[in-house]
Amino acid sequence: MEGLRLIDFRIDRRSGVATYLQLVNQVKQALRLGLVGPGDRLPTAKDVVARTGINPNTVLKAYRELEREGLVEPRPGLGTFVRRSLATPGVAEDSPLRGDLLEWMDRARQLGMGREDVEALFRAVLDQRF
Amino acid sequence: MSDPGVAVRAEGLGLRRRRGWALRDCSFELPAGSVTALVGANGAGKSTLLKIAAGLLRPSEGAVATRGSVGFVAQDKPLYRGFTVAEMLRFGRVTNAEDWDDTYARQLVGEAALPLSAKVNRLSGGERARLALVLALARRPDVLLLDEPLSEMDPVAREDVLRTLMVAVAETGVTVVLSTHVVSDLDGVCDHLLLLDRGVVQLAGEVEELLDNHRVVLAGRGDLGDHQVILGRGGEHRGTTLVRVTGELDVPEELVSAPGLEELVIAYLRANRGVAA
Repeated sequence: MEGLRLIDFRIDRRSGVATYLQLVNQVKQALRLGLVGPGDRLPTAKDVVARTGINPNTVLKAYRELEREGLVEPRPGLGTFVRRSLATPGVAEDSPLRGDLLEWMDRARQLGMGREDVEALFRAVLDQRF
Repeated sequence: MSDPGVAVRAEGLGLRRRRGWALRDCSFELPAGSVTALVGANGAGKSTLLKIAAGLLRPSEGAVATRGSVGFVAQDKPLYRGFTVAEMLRFGRVTNAEDWDDTYARQLVGEAALPLSAKVNRLSGGERARLALVLALARRPDVLLLDEPLSEMDPVAREDVLRTLMVAVAETGVTVVLSTHVVSDLDGVCDHLLLLDRGVVQLAGEVEELLDNHRVVLAGRGDLGDHQVILGRGGEHRGTTLVRVTGELDVPEELVSAPGLEELVIAYLRANRGVAA
């Protein structure tokens, strides 16, 4: 599968997070969710630049960082490819955990909670347990 | 230049004018393929530096070396006002026969939605700036020097132009130096910074590294020990202070944050003005 369609980088210039780290985090997020897996090609620096307008050196820096962490590998002339997955069984599209969470979110919505309320509650419980 | 990784190298560069030094003791290196923001107050020497690097001004002392061909777009965007856009392109092709990439020029004119039959003097300031940039890019220079390329553009045009530039960097590895007042546009765009003040380099280097070396601390300058205070707003033991860190900061972690690029630049510009607002 083409990585290009699966990772759509979004850069938040006001977030205070370094741009290359935003890219690193978004690749990891895609790896965790299983959107990309071993053998998939990441978008080329030029593709990312054409879509986001960021500096190509920043993209290369992000890919070097991912390489350093053993997640991707460059294949000269071909691109940068995913080496290993970060997906755990729980995050799969059809996993029971995901189903439970969907149900839980629906209930929160029925109670009139907004996105920020849900986020706050989720984070509080997350911090309690992890 | 001996080091193939360096695209622009200035050594002890200076230019003396009748009223004093416009540029003094200016030394820096810019790696090939880097994108450098050249910032500073009006009269800091930005245009002087770019003109010297473009070979249009002879320095009084020192030297600047550039690797490969150099493209330069001056602040006043020199174009023939009586020409149409199409005629400017033909002019570019005829005067740069060997290096001119006509397909690319037409693609860029199309992306900028510049009407081929429009006379240059009927274009807006932003459109003229884009046409000047097209003419510079179509020569496929190795080093591209741009003096205030974004100043007359609306936010959408600025974003489009920066994207065009970044794609050119990705495709050809062109080294870009651009002077600007609008630092916020350049977050995520430039990887190097060159900050001039009254003709002197105040700050030069890789953006990530510079940001790493500085911290914003919610404390007064009296609380910061040996760290170099760049700008303090507030008193001895309260307020917000931007410091250049040398080693560990002896301040609670929750009071410390990393500066943004704009914050860093403005702190330096303000500090040199001697105004702590």
